[in-house]
Amino acid sequence: MEKDFIIRTKNVDFFYGAFRALSDITMDFEKNKVTALIGPSGCGKSTLLRLLNRMNDLIDGTRVEGEILFEGRNIYAPDVDPVEIRQRIGMVFQKPNPFPKSIYNNITYAPKLAGIRDSGEIEALVEESLKQAVLWDEVKDILTKSAMTLSGGQQQRLCIARALAMKPDVILMDEPTSALDPISTAKIEELIDTLKKHYTIIIVTHNMQQAARISEYTGFFYLGKVIEFNVTEKIFTNPDVKQTEDYITGRFG
Amino acid sequence: MNGKTFKSSMRARYFKQKLFFGAVRLSALLITLALLGILAYILANGFRAITWEFLTQPPTDSMTKGGIMPAIVGTLYLTVGAILVALPLGVVSAIFLTEYAKQGALTRIIRIGVNCLAGVPSVVFGLFGLGFFVVFLKFGSSILAGALTLGILILPTIIGAAEEALKAVPQTFREASLALGVSKWNTIFRIVLPSALPGILTGAILGVGRAAGETAPVMFTAAAFFTAVLPKSIFDEVMALPYHIYVLATAGTHIEETRPLQYGTVLVLIALVLGIDLIAIVMRSMIRRNKRW
Amino acid sequence: MSTYEKAEHMSTMKIRNNVLTQHAKEIAIRNLFGFFAFLSVLLLGLILLFLFREGLPLFKKISLADFLFGTAWYPTYEPPEYGIWPLIVGSLAVTFFASLIAVPLGLLSAVYIAEIAPTRIKEILKSIIELLAGLPSVVLGFFGMVIVGPWLQETFDLPTGLNIMNASVMLAIMAIPTISSISEDALYAVPREFKEASYALGATKYETIIRVIIPAALSGVSTAVILGMARAIGETMVVLMVAGGAAAIPEGIFDAVRPMTASIAAEMGEAPFRSGHYHALFATGIVLFVITLAFNLIADYISNRFRETGSGTL
Repeated sequence: MEKDFIIRTKNVDFFYGAFRALSDITMDFEKNKVTALIGPSGCGKSTLLRLLNRMNDLIDGTRVEGEILFEGRNIYAPDVDPVEIRQRIGMVFQKPNPFPKSIYNNITYAPKLAGIRDSGEIEALVEESLKQAVLWDEVKDILTKSAMTLSGGQQQRLCIARALAMKPDVILMDEPTSALDPISTAKIEELIDTLKKHYTIIIVTHNMQQAARISEYTGFFYLGKVIEFNVTEKIFTNPDVKQTEDYITGRFG
Repeated sequence: MNGKTFKSSMRARYFKQKLFFGAVRLSALLITLALLGILAYILANGFRAITWEFLTQPPTDSMTKGGIMPAIVGTLYLTVGAILVALPLGVVSAIFLTEYAKQGALTRIIRIGVNCLAGVPSVVFGLFGLGFFVVFLKFGSSILAGALTLGILILPTIIGAAEEALKAVPQTFREASLALGVSKWNTIFRIVLPSALPGILTGAILGVGRAAGETAPVMFTAAAFFTAVLPKSIFDEVMALPYHIYVLATAGTHIEETRPLQYGTVLVLIALVLGIDLIAIVMRSMIRRNKRW
Repeated sequence: MSTYEKAEHMSTMKIRNNVLTQHAKEIAIRNLFGFFAFLSVLLLGLILLFLFREGLPLFKKISLADFLFGTAWYPTYEPPEYGIWPLIVGSLAVTFFASLIAVPLGLLSAVYIAEIAPTRIKEILKSIIELLAGLPSVVLGFFGMVIVGPWLQETFDLPTGLNIMNASVMLAIMAIPTISSISEDALYAVPREFKEASYALGATKYETIIRVIIPAALSGVSTAVILGMARAIGETMVVLMVAGGAAAIPEGIFDAVRPMTASIAAEMGEAPFRSGHYHALFATGIVLFVITLAFNLIADYISNRFRETGSGTL
């Protein structure tokens, strides 16, 4: 059976000015699977994640070399609009960042701007997104309340629902549970497990146990390079590279 | 060690500190007294003149009787005109500086330009208004010329306040919006700007207060000592509170007789300006307390 | 078109069209806004242009040196004399004495707010200073004319209470808020590490303020003082109503003077359109503009150097 790689990076280098933050990254991300990126602080895993939806465009003085293919097309080609890429590749951030609006408006904000007008469609979208994020039961009666009144874990699930409302193909998650308590973390990990049936998920995490729990593939980063990229079970039980083993067993990082 | 010498040098040091703190407190006291003293004198001498008639009637009998209504109206027109000019221009400039501009020569030049504009003396604005709006553009001495001149005068204030308000919006809001595939402009217009609005409004209110109190710019561009009727178009001249005070106190024909009215006018102007400023101060502390991010 | 349809039916043609309009729109907005932001610079240039337009014709009649350094300002005489040196000295005199009052008071109050005052008092004092800043200059001029003037006249047995002393006090009241708030920002910006290091070495609060905090904030404080002085020299209504109006070089602090701003404001109404007097007043405006511009550029330069070298000009 041929594997469907929805995102492929080919020899990607990334520069902050003269500093090379990523070297020769070549990875294939399989559709409808969870891929985890692990590694010590500052190794480039978040940087790579932000390249996948062109969020690094926001920073002055950066340069990308190589190609990042989404469904076969290079997203850094000059005729590609980053805004549209981001409609199809969504992102959840480390610290929950709902807008200072109602729960309902947080979810409908982007779809409305993308052109959805029908109010029935919008309402259904809100319910569906909140259900997928396992938040619907908790907030269905308080949709008009401000999102800021929710707890941290709820806010993060709201952000996930908000991203889901755009019906992306891929969801990028940048350490989504590192600011949350263990119970919220567990809820979100469960959620990721259900989501992967319909979405491709790429998650950066500091927490190795989390990576081992939820991902099918894991990439280990160090100093801007991919040291090892393989099936999760192999990485955590029998890694090929000694550096990987050292990191897994806690000898550094 | 030398316990005694140590102690006495500490005493000397603490004595110096006492003197310094005394001087510091004294300066705070003097400043407070200055404000309260001025307000008290004006209030004491002016409150007698404040009657309903004073506020709603035009002056009569060479200004020795009657009221200052046309001046109040004139100040209103000029101030509203000024903010209509400065607010859109200022907010757009601030949006460019905080959201669109790249760190480069252009941004620096604009910032220096805004800072220098802020430092131009008000009488020079008056000369400019005269030379440009009144004469060159042939608007004549008019509300239009005055409002435009005042608008340029308060523009740096608006830009500064708007920039501060925009910068205070957390970067993570912008990121969340962009990550959802929303364009930059929509992000600014629908997320950043609404969040910055209270701060921008506070700045606008302060700008209004400033514009209401300015004399020199309107002296050359819009103000008349006496208008028989209220202005009918923006090309008419107006009376204005600050100018009215100045003329009555220095050049009028009955300086001593109109003194009570002068105090009254000053009181009205102070009440207006300080009232506006207090609203802004209260708004600002409410914003700070209510921030839910 | 809903997001679903967009995602499913995206073809290369559609991408290119969408990109063009979206991108063009963003660039158009950026350029438009940039133009409006640049307008401030253009206005500054325009001001200079029109000052020159109406002021330069003066120099057909009189040389720049005679204008700047001539000691006789008699624009309404026959023949008129246009020497503004007394006006310049008048401006400098009131600014100097105003600074003598405003700099200590402004700086000390900033120290009080930033380092010493308890929170409630701090908020109140900040509001007081802000309200003081909001007082229109004509109000201060009125107060100086009607209350301070007669008081000076009586207390010091003078022919008139409208003089340098009066103007300096009222100008100081206008400059103190500027000096205080900018200094306060500068004092706040001093890193905590400096203060902690000083206290840890057994220094008193006073010593820490004088020897560590203020020197570290020196560029910010200098900026504050320069901008405060710029405010004083550019003030019109206060000096117009209170400085006395004598266009002569003063000899003592109780002499009357006529600063440049007062001259322009007082005489503009009477100068016939495009007469020599008219041009002379505009030319005075140019001098005033250049002086305040210089102050502002210096202050700007100092505060930028501060940012580049980071904290600590110890």
